[in-house]
Amino acid sequence: MKNKPVIYLDYSATTPMDETVLKSMYPYFSMDFGNPSSIHHYGQKAEQALEESRNTIASFLGCKSQEVIFTSGGTESDNLALRGVALARKKDRSANHILISPVEHQAVSSTAKQLNQLFGFELELLKVDRFGMISPEQLRQQIRDTTALVSIIYANNEIGTVNPIPELAKVCQEYSVPFHTDAVQATAYLPMDTQALGIDLLSIGAHKFYGPKGVGLLYVKENTPILPIQTGGNHERGLRSGTPNIPYIVGMAAAINLVQTHQPEWIKELTPLRDQIIHHTLTNIPGSQLTGHPSLRLPNHTSFVFEGIDSQKLLMLLDLEGFACSSGSACKTGNHLPSDVLLTLGFSPQLALSSLRVTLGKETTQAHIEQFLVTLEKTIAKICSRKT
Amino acid sequence: MQRKGTVVIAMSGGVDSSVSAALLVEQGYTVIGMMLTLWSEKGYEAENRCCTPDSLRLAKMVAAQLNIPFYVVDAKKPFYDEVVTSFIQDYQSGITPNPCLKCNRLIRWGLLFGYAKEMEADYFATGHYALIQRDRSKQCQLLRAKDKTKDQTYFLHVLNQSEMEKTLFPIGNLLKSEVRQLAVQFKLPVAIRKDSQDLCFLSGADYRDFLMRNAPNSIQPGNIYDKNHHLLGEHKGLAFYTIGQRKNLGVHSPKPLYVVKKDLENNSLIVGDKEDTLRRDFTVSGVNWLSGIPKKSRIHLGIKVRYQAPILDGYLNLEENNIVKVQLDDPYYDITPGQAAVFYQNDCCIGGGLITEEKD
Ligand SMILES: Cc1ncc(COP(=O)(O)O)c(C=O)c1O
Repeated sequence: MKNKPVIYLDYSATTPMDETVLKSMYPYFSMDFGNPSSIHHYGQKAEQALEESRNTIASFLGCKSQEVIFTSGGTESDNLALRGVALARKKDRSANHILISPVEHQAVSSTAKQLNQLFGFELELLKVDRFGMISPEQLRQQIRDTTALVSIIYANNEIGTVNPIPELAKVCQEYSVPFHTDAVQATAYLPMDTQALGIDLLSIGAHKFYGPKGVGLLYVKENTPILPIQTGGNHERGLRSGTPNIPYIVGMAAAINLVQTHQPEWIKELTPLRDQIIHHTLTNIPGSQLTGHPSLRLPNHTSFVFEGIDSQKLLMLLDLEGFACSSGSACKTGNHLPSDVLLTLGFSPQLALSSLRVTLGKETTQAHIEQFLVTLEKTIAKICSRKT
Repeated sequence: MQRKGTVVIAMSGGVDSSVSAALLVEQGYTVIGMMLTLWSEKGYEAENRCCTPDSLRLAKMVAAQLNIPFYVVDAKKPFYDEVVTSFIQDYQSGITPNPCLKCNRLIRWGLLFGYAKEMEADYFATGHYALIQRDRSKQCQLLRAKDKTKDQTYFLHVLNQSEMEKTLFPIGNLLKSEVRQLAVQFKLPVAIRKDSQDLCFLSGADYRDFLMRNAPNSIQPGNIYDKNHHLLGEHKGLAFYTIGQRKNLGVHSPKPLYVVKKDLENNSLIVGDKEDTLRRDFTVSGVNWLSGIPKKSRIHLGIKVRYQAPILDGYLNLEENNIVKVQLDDPYYDITPGQAAVFYQNDCCIGGGLITEEKD
């Protein structure tokens, strides 16, 4: 039971750092350790690394370098986007309405809640369909001239559903309302050209695509009204003060390079594996249901609920059998509560507590999936048989 | 190395369960650590004695150091439904409950033991001070721990044979002081927590405050009488008093007065002298026999009427329906309905049940 190698199927939670990424970071810990604000040689080396990383990323995002703001990760990017834009829009135009989807990551939804509770913003949730998708028509119905900001997740971390970001962005443009999207899960697999997407702000976190944890960025389109939420020495165009984390930023740029090179091949390899998991599970496991959209979903993402199964138990048993998966929701250990996202989509609390998320990555093989599916089926059958 | 089997150990971040886990690893078992998170009153979560974020952190660190898998099970709802609800109900019906018994029965050896079975573990272990001995006929016997001052068989008399068969108590043959030493030797990161008899979900506070917040309408003031039915004063609600209580009666009297009885029917509290709380005869119901019903219907043995009480000598008279009439050799103070009476033949715990209300 123990000492089995555990096959990792939780790439939406985080990914192993790529060897090339790790190597790219080494020089910036001790050899080229300088502060990019310094005048001397060391500072110049650091600044060069910082700006080269910014250029690499800007070219990936199809934007100007100065539109890339480095942060400590997806969460901070979401915080800066929401709080920064909402407060700026309130200050400039007394806009006091925030519109977000009900299936946002907590980095967005909790920030919006705080803006509602402490800063007097009216918070409104967009209506979603049963796959957790927001339609442009729906957005058009709920957006107002006084909307300070719209934030809609690009690809959902729990249920994998991909939103039609370009169409949604058009609606926001018509109303001249800043539009933010959380692209933390999307970066490795979906179109990331900011021009084509038409968004004003976009959050990225490096550890979801083989980069280091604790580093990310916010794309902020030129002329977007935004205030800093962390003040100090005016780094990052004054939007994010604090000496930049050079080795990690360099690592993130290396990871972006990896995405740029391998994205088509990852999509091609993982999509059939994803569909195999979905098809096999729905066909062979009684009481299973897919959560999220059947096809308009991340190529590496599957998520289910299983009638009569407790996901805590399922995850433990799978781990002991050598498969690392997740329930999909970001709940604290020891607090097994139904996910807000699944409740929003109309799943009963009972079903929402039976969720399983299986997410793939570049190390995943066909053999892994086949072994996994056998074990999943056996484990669920075992839990069901024990109950009666 | 010979395979000794797989054990699920219930961990709490405390020294007893941590040392238990370390001993099992040392003995060559394949060990899986598990921890329950139990219900806490809203707003008082941080003070819950056994599953604070801090104890969770400690348990995780111990598991990581021992290199064993560790899982957390959210048992808040079953704990509330099974243990807290009946705790409140029992106070409402005038008895003084012992929720740890219910928790052991339904949560530890119910829920968690069930997980162990589901994981196809061979054994389930806890850090209780108690011993299990398997005799030649494969019958298991529950024995008092080596450390008599820490012995917890009182709380374990609710087990059954099939549970005992699979249960291990790795520290039952150690003194608390030895367990502490082992924690140091194993370099386990356990906090120095004081041993507490408080109920975990009372957050170290008095159960009366808890009842006030959680069952306010069950608390009806009424009269206090002496045994001759002289009115002495007013009580704040019967749930606020336990048998033998002397403090906070709010009655002026030249001599100390003690709660002798709670008359639920008339919502009145009967008080008297210390001697009035002495009792020789009482009834125990719902008796669980750990190793089968005794052959003789009248036996002389040891009886514990509360966790902290000494083992008293007396007779058991077995009746139908798992009821036992107890007759102590010498009367004893504060026999409290709702508490367990647990029976011992020498060091062997043979069973026990709940002390019931006497009708007179
Ligand atoms: C959609 C989404 N947004 C934001 C985050 C937060 O990223 P981080 O924890 O790296 O700050 C995550 C990661 O879990 C995510 O999946």
